[in-house]
Amino acid sequence: MTAETIIQSLASGLLMGLLYGLIAVGLALIFGLMDVVNFAHGEFLMIAMYATFFLFAFFALDPLLSAPLVAAALFLFGAVVYLLVVRFAVRAKANAGMVQIFSTFGLAIVMRGFAQFFFTPDYRSVTHSWLGGKTVSIAGIFLPVPQLVGALVSIAAFVALYFFINRTDFGRALEATREDAGAVALVGIDKNRVFALGWGLGAALVGLAGAIMAIFFYIYPDVGAWHWAASAACSVRLPAASSSVWSKPPPH
Amino acid sequence: MLSGREVTTAYHGLVAISAVSLEVAKGEIVCVAGANGAGKSTLLKTIAGAERPRSGTITFDGARIDGMAQHMITARGIAYVPENRRLFPRLSVRDNLRLGSYLYRSEADRDEPLALVFKLFPRLSERLEQRAETLSGGEQQMLAISRALMTRPRLLMLDEPSQGIMPKLVDEIFAAVKRIRDAGMTVLIVEQRMAECLEIADRAYILQTGRVLMQGSASEIKTNPDVRKAYLGL
Amino acid sequence: MDTSFAQRRRRDLIVAVCLAAIAALVPLFVKDVYVQNIMVLTLMYAALSQSWNILSGYCGQISLGHALYFGLGAYTTALLFTKFGVLPWFGMLGGGLISAAIAMALGYPCFRLRGHYFVIATIVIAEIALLLFQNWDWAGAALGIDIPIRRDSWLTFQFTRSKLPYFYFALVLACVAWLVTWWLEDSKWGYWWRAVKDNPDAAESLGVVVFNSKMGAAAVSAFLTAVGGSFYAQFVSYIDPESVMGFQFSLLMALPAVLGGIGTLWGPVLGAVILIPLTELTRSFIGGSGRGVDLIVYGALIVLISLARPEGLVGLFSRRRKGAVR
Ligand SMILES: Nc1ncnc2c1ncn2[C@@H]1O[C@H](COP(=O)(O)OP(=O)(O)O)[C@@H](O)[C@H]1O
Ligand SMILES: [Mg+2]
Repeated sequence: MTAETIIQSLASGLLMGLLYGLIAVGLALIFGLMDVVNFAHGEFLMIAMYATFFLFAFFALDPLLSAPLVAAALFLFGAVVYLLVVRFAVRAKANAGMVQIFSTFGLAIVMRGFAQFFFTPDYRSVTHSWLGGKTVSIAGIFLPVPQLVGALVSIAAFVALYFFINRTDFGRALEATREDAGAVALVGIDKNRVFALGWGLGAALVGLAGAIMAIFFYIYPDVGAWHWAASAACSVRLPAASSSVWSKPPPH
Repeated sequence: MLSGREVTTAYHGLVAISAVSLEVAKGEIVCVAGANGAGKSTLLKTIAGAERPRSGTITFDGARIDGMAQHMITARGIAYVPENRRLFPRLSVRDNLRLGSYLYRSEADRDEPLALVFKLFPRLSERLEQRAETLSGGEQQMLAISRALMTRPRLLMLDEPSQGIMPKLVDEIFAAVKRIRDAGMTVLIVEQRMAECLEIADRAYILQTGRVLMQGSASEIKTNPDVRKAYLGL
Repeated sequence: MDTSFAQRRRRDLIVAVCLAAIAALVPLFVKDVYVQNIMVLTLMYAALSQSWNILSGYCGQISLGHALYFGLGAYTTALLFTKFGVLPWFGMLGGGLISAAIAMALGYPCFRLRGHYFVIATIVIAEIALLLFQNWDWAGAALGIDIPIRRDSWLTFQFTRSKLPYFYFALVLACVAWLVTWWLEDSKWGYWWRAVKDNPDAAESLGVVVFNSKMGAAAVSAFLTAVGGSFYAQFVSYIDPESVMGFQFSLLMALPAVLGGIGTLWGPVLGAVILIPLTELTRSFIGGSGRGVDLIVYGALIVLISLARPEGLVGLFSRRRKGAVR
């Protein structure tokens, strides 16, 4: 292994890390807001990738163009999931911990089932796109353009999120709800609305990541499960094992 | 302005207040007194919408509010400062106050109550950037009242504002309550320190084990021999 | 109060003995191999779910990675037999011990994690183990192991002509898992677990005791699960990583307990009796084309049960009594 290949893999690792970061931020936003882990987060990613794929397949829309649409659609989806499932799960009196975990976990399984049923287990891919397959060389290091753009989009999203939370009324309401959801009604805030918007926002971030990842990952019903575990397991992932052990999602 | 009729509230089947009726007229300071566990807090929680009454009706400016969501009741003009204050501890004083005016969109609407807040509690204006949790108990109570004022309420409800506070600050808070009324608001205040409370109140209710034991003008209550013996220790 | 608890336990035991006796007689009347196959699987999942329930239900440490222990049991047995000729019975014991040891080794760091993080850790660890086995050439990698058939006997625990021996072994396994749970419920372990589950913060002050009681739950749970995996390897006589360590096993172990009633004695049994025949029947009705439908059914069941009846279906039976207490 030369120094160059090490730098090379570090650089691509960093780019992927930023994209996984975008997924993780969505998860952390929801968790921080209401102490609920969205076990269907990976499946949110999966439907975002399928949405991007179908927009490409039927309307020849480039993933870069569909990214905002997908993010918006996921926003709605996330809010609906909160209103239809999670809102009731957090009210549980018996077995509260188990209910929280199994409600979103069950949702994940349903979504995977639907994907297998309607989209078939076949591997799909966005076969051509503006960015797909391109690389740039920066100081002798070759970087894949889709991952590079993905990293830039992630950074932009982090900055936007930072300002959104710290500089807007809704951001302040989000912070207040996270501090004490039972107290926001005292100032006239509907906590269910904040939670729904928080879920929407978390899902939109995953939607953005999914649209970009659709450029260079295969898309199949279990893809979310894999990436979900991967973003959680990033720290366990050893460089030596990266090529053979983690062979499942083949980049193309 | 506020009128409760035969309000009964229960926790898991245990009745905490039973058939309580009360009236609060515009511009009044009304004190609700009673021993620990009498149901004072439950009464305020029920009016604020934090607990649902089992039966009875509550109307505010002629419209029924019982059973309404708590944030809607706040939006209708009832601000409630609960017993444990429920500030947002890790947010700054400024953010706590800004959140109070969340319902208003224009800066003018937001700044207007701020002037009153700073006039009542000048020490808050010196601590705007501090986290709420770093304030002293008395200052936290002031902030809680101020946050409630930022919602520009017509009726302000305070649950034992003097609890756990140095005597000097207690006087300051009672004085502020009077000035809040003078600024055009109506105040419903729950207190165990009945003597101080009757000083500023126009009328009072005494609750005992969930029922209204006595009601009347502050001076009537103050001079009632039973009250003097049982509650004022005279 | 104490006497009624003792009475309930005695009644549970009597009911269990009766049910086991009835179950043992069923094959005398049901000769259809397909149905017998479903019965074997039902008993196996009842045992597995009961084992899962010890750690996740009673102790409250929800694991969604029990496929790891199932797979370890299957692989230990199959590898010892095919590579070294060691009889499956020793493989079963070995797999159980290895799984218990690994469960404790993993528990050592993981039990410091709380709630959601623990669940995520179990999923991730099982997934990593799956990938390791898929890449472990000596163990057959992704192709897996074909267990050679020697002859039909209890010694090699291989039976090609009849399902009945498997049925009776699965019945014994289910009974053992049930009895272990029944016994633990009223032991000091049972009390610690209830403390850990109901009030983790207060139990924290008990410190070491709590930690050890979680380790104990993990070890027992993993041991029994591995025995189940070992049985499964003999039953199907062909294993590969996906078919014994795949995520669906973690799911199928949790489901009966969730459906029947998590943290209850009868929940896993009731859940398995309802769920497994249902699953197998839908699978054969819908056929291969309906891949995904089973997931939709499982998932929807999980969501509905956890939202509408978090105490599980056993709640339906004990409802009257609870109502009377109120
Ligand atoms: N959250 C609650 N759950 C159950 N019982 C409660 C709750 N809050 C108050 N109570 C009971 O209701 C009665 C009235 O309490 P409260 O309204 O707090 O009285 P006060 O404010 O006058 O001290 C008491 O008997 C108390 O134990
Ligand atoms: Mg009180």
